[in-house]
Amino acid sequence: MITVTDLVVSYPRAARNAVDGVSFVAPAGKLTALAGPNGSGKSSIVRALIRRAEVVSGSITIGEADLRTLSLAELARRVAVVPQREEATFPIQVREYAALGRYPHLGLWRTASEVDQSAVADALLQAGVDDLADRDTDALSGGEWQRVRIARALAQKAPVLVLDEPTTFLDVGHEMAIFELLYSLAGSGLAVLLVSHQLNLVARFADTIVLLNEGRVATSGTPSDVMKADRLETIYGWPVVVSRDPAIGAPALVPLRRPVSL
Amino acid sequence: MTRFRGWYWFVLIAVLLVVAMIAVARGAITLSLTEVMEALRSSGDPTTIAIVRDLRLPRMLLGALVGAGLGASGAALQGSLRNPLAEPYLLGVSGGAAVGAVLVFALGITGAGAVTVAAFIGAVAAVALALAVSRVGARGARVDLRTLLLAGVIVGAFANATIMVALARAEPNTMRGALFWMMGSAADATWRSVTWLALSIFAAGGVLVYWAREIDVLSLGEETAASLGIDADRSGRRIFFIAALLAAATVAAAGLVGFVGLVVPHIARRLGLRAHRPLVIGAALIGATLVVAADLAARTLAAPTELPLGAITAMLGVPFFLVQLRRAA
Repeated sequence: MITVTDLVVSYPRAARNAVDGVSFVAPAGKLTALAGPNGSGKSSIVRALIRRAEVVSGSITIGEADLRTLSLAELARRVAVVPQREEATFPIQVREYAALGRYPHLGLWRTASEVDQSAVADALLQAGVDDLADRDTDALSGGEWQRVRIARALAQKAPVLVLDEPTTFLDVGHEMAIFELLYSLAGSGLAVLLVSHQLNLVARFADTIVLLNEGRVATSGTPSDVMKADRLETIYGWPVVVSRDPAIGAPALVPLRRPVSL
Repeated sequence: MTRFRGWYWFVLIAVLLVVAMIAVARGAITLSLTEVMEALRSSGDPTTIAIVRDLRLPRMLLGALVGAGLGASGAALQGSLRNPLAEPYLLGVSGGAAVGAVLVFALGITGAGAVTVAAFIGAVAAVALALAVSRVGARGARVDLRTLLLAGVIVGAFANATIMVALARAEPNTMRGALFWMMGSAADATWRSVTWLALSIFAAGGVLVYWAREIDVLSLGEETAASLGIDADRSGRRIFFIAALLAAATVAAAGLVGFVGLVVPHIARRLGLRAHRPLVIGAALIGATLVVAADLAARTLAAPTELPLGAITAMLGVPFFLVQLRRAA
């Protein structure tokens, strides 16, 4: 479980705090989504979580432990993160790549034990990429690569999984497959925190949506609580209507047209 | 892609040993394998013993160590900087080391280890300068890697200019000594320099091998590395520092031998080496083979004139660099 309390994150020379007093909880067994417009502070929260951005005040608690009291390795054993960007400069075998997820457990010198090997095998299987294990990372499609990255995070065997925009650049089929995977992972007991632009998908899969705007929580709750047309219109600065998706009746955002006259 | 097999190690070592034997046997006086083996055991003709044990063997070993150091340094730099074009020569490390060495020459300072110490200080200064320029983010905590590479190239150019200025009014002897650094040569190998270089290479190279798994994680990018429990900035900086130390030690012993650190890690990767522990070791073996072979070419191609070692490695390395650049584009 991740508990974020009154979190303030700021970057040097920035006019305002990137995250300005955000509180929310991502409990075990649930899929919690962080949504909001560009620059609303979603990624800054993830960066604070892996200590790449400075926490000015407030706190992040992982289970019972305050983030600041954990070493980076302890943190990595508790929270697995799939960051937004990752360039694979030098290709490696998928299996070796996923095995790097065991680094927080192995450190510099310990050799992989059976526990480590089975963690990697489980992770590849869970992410549905066990058949790609012998391929090289530069021979993967976009969808395969994202799943392999998730497998690497799952190999960490951390109780918390955080993903920053894992479906950017993916087509509908691959995007749905990733969301279904995350939904099942939450069902298996992980605390899953998902940063995503895809409000409609998030509304179908997430237990809780935390909608951020300009570094603050605009609203949070179940998808039906959060997906209110007037509020979304203000936050995104665009006229919208909220309808129901025909399959499961989840709220669905439909942006309206606003033609530009030249 | 090629998978690296266990027996490749035996091939790599065997090739190195064969090239090393040829390098000891060939020269102004060509020796047979039997003569070399006898000389190594201190039996046979005294002149042959002197040629083998006092001249060719230390020279071959120095070349091998220089190649090993540059190969390992290049492999670590490419991995931790996530840049297939990174190498000590291009990052200004070697240039800085050469400035230190040449200044010692120009100022006429002699004495045990003066050149080595000066080369090391020069290398650290160049690294510090390149790092300072590429600092970004909160209180300069992060290093922009692309800027670091560019800064290194520019610092290298500055180093060359400094060397030119230092040599402008130099005596012919100083000039020759300095040119030795600029062009690279294993000709002045002594058992003493071989011992010092061996100690530095095994110490610094050992540290890189020890940290290799950290380089694996760093090569995934700063954010992923951070999420796997590594302080990417600190770790990247200290690997850069040790790789610079390794390069500085080779420059102190044999001057500027360019492009080995660039080419060799790519050959190692082509053979299927991926994880940095075997990659650094493999690059050291291949680097050793390459420089011993290049030095053999330098001694024998235009005999009795000796060609500059650094020029030979550059002639091999530059086309390779251009092909890599073309691929990256």
